[in-house]
Amino acid sequence: MTQAPATQLSETVFALALGLTLVAPLAIAGLALVNTGLGRSRSAAQSFLGSLAMISIAVIGFALVGATLADGASGAGHIFHLSGKPWNWAGTGPFFLSSFADAHAHAQLALCFEFLAVALLVLIPWGSGADRLRLAAGVAVAAVLATLVFPFFTHWTWGGGWLAQLGSSFSLGAGFLDAGGAASVHVLGGLSALAVVWIAGPRRGKFPKEGLSTAMPGHNAIYVLFGCLIALVGWLAWNMAGALLWLNAQPAALPVTAVNTLLSAAAALTATFVVTRARFGKPDASLCANGWIAGLVTSSACASLVSPLAAIFTGLVAGVVTPLLVEFLELAASIDDPSGAITVHAANGLWGLLAVGVLTPQHGQFLAQLIGVTTLLGVGLPVVYLLFSVLDRFLPFRVEPDGERIGMDLHELGGGAYPEFVVHRDDSYR
Amino acid sequence: MKYAGLLVMPAGFLLSIAAILLFPDPELRSAFALCGLAVEAMGLVVAVKGHMQARGDRRP
Repeated sequence: MTQAPATQLSETVFALALGLTLVAPLAIAGLALVNTGLGRSRSAAQSFLGSLAMISIAVIGFALVGATLADGASGAGHIFHLSGKPWNWAGTGPFFLSSFADAHAHAQLALCFEFLAVALLVLIPWGSGADRLRLAAGVAVAAVLATLVFPFFTHWTWGGGWLAQLGSSFSLGAGFLDAGGAASVHVLGGLSALAVVWIAGPRRGKFPKEGLSTAMPGHNAIYVLFGCLIALVGWLAWNMAGALLWLNAQPAALPVTAVNTLLSAAAALTATFVVTRARFGKPDASLCANGWIAGLVTSSACASLVSPLAAIFTGLVAGVVTPLLVEFLELAASIDDPSGAITVHAANGLWGLLAVGVLTPQHGQFLAQLIGVTTLLGVGLPVVYLLFSVLDRFLPFRVEPDGERIGMDLHELGGGAYPEFVVHRDDSYR
Repeated sequence: MKYAGLLVMPAGFLLSIAAILLFPDPELRSAFALCGLAVEAMGLVVAVKGHMQARGDRRP
């Protein structure tokens, strides 16, 4: 088991991977629905249009610039040597996908998967910035992530970069393993969400001068819960496609990956259900949805590498941690994260990556996963925060106060998502 | 304070890289890399504290 690009795929595996890659976008659709449902009704259209706009800009940016840096198909890269070891830190692919049609089947499928990954990545900070992050700023965030951040991390993990080579260079297991994008999609997305929330600030009225934070529940629990179901279908395909592409798994191993994905989500939801029932007297729908997605995020790291029992364990831990950490971030750390992305994607992604190191028997695997985690935290968060801070100077993230008052739909789009419904005014402006 | 915390975090990353470069012994490597993670965690805590302080100053 190694995480390195293969050169050839059999026709069966190619057809299977292609089919799964075509279903995987349902994970993106599910996340967009969850983000929209967890925001306010007066920002719903802006949220969904923003999702589409960010995906559009991200895939175009990735095609023009990012794919070059992420490239791992050629086997080459920008390499420097330190202590006699090669450190492959960036790809050297052709610009503008100029040789995409001539690449071999695995390289083409890998690039398709990376396009989906970048599309999913950019939706994560968008959900956290709900109700105050301007559409133009969101699009700029997507462009920065797709061209300057994601390509490096995806090259390091999926493109034969230095993290993937930790096994061959330093005898650390099979190198850093991340078949489903827990690192380059979810942790990176969650850390980007933290940076966005820090820069944009909380929604007005969220943290009054005295007393606890104001509850601002999502406007449509059905969107959120249906989004969870859609996301499950996408995630099943996503994790199986990832196992085929990045772990060179055989088709016979895919049912276990699918079952582990389902078990992880189910265990996480069950745990969140019990925890919220115990803490609040009744189960909380939005936190349970967060728990479900947290289980799926954990499965992105683990599903193709651990046993079903271990998948249940990782899901249970994710399900317990999620509601507690969401509450802590809001009440203790004054972080206003409407979609819970920092907890769901960053924290649970990190947990999944470390769990792979603990639960897989290969010698040195835990250290490889640990190095990957320290890279994400020590490089990812500071770089993303720096880039977003610079971006905020030129293109302010936060909408004008009037935009928050009348809602992002009216302010940015000129019309609401539910024109026949009465939209409640914001009492914090009294 | 937030920037100070964020500046500390890359130091944790460098510690973990130093671990695999300097030590051949797996246990020493793991201990050093865990120290790197601890440094990053401390940096993150400082950054979060800085954020809370700034929010407290700016509350309406």
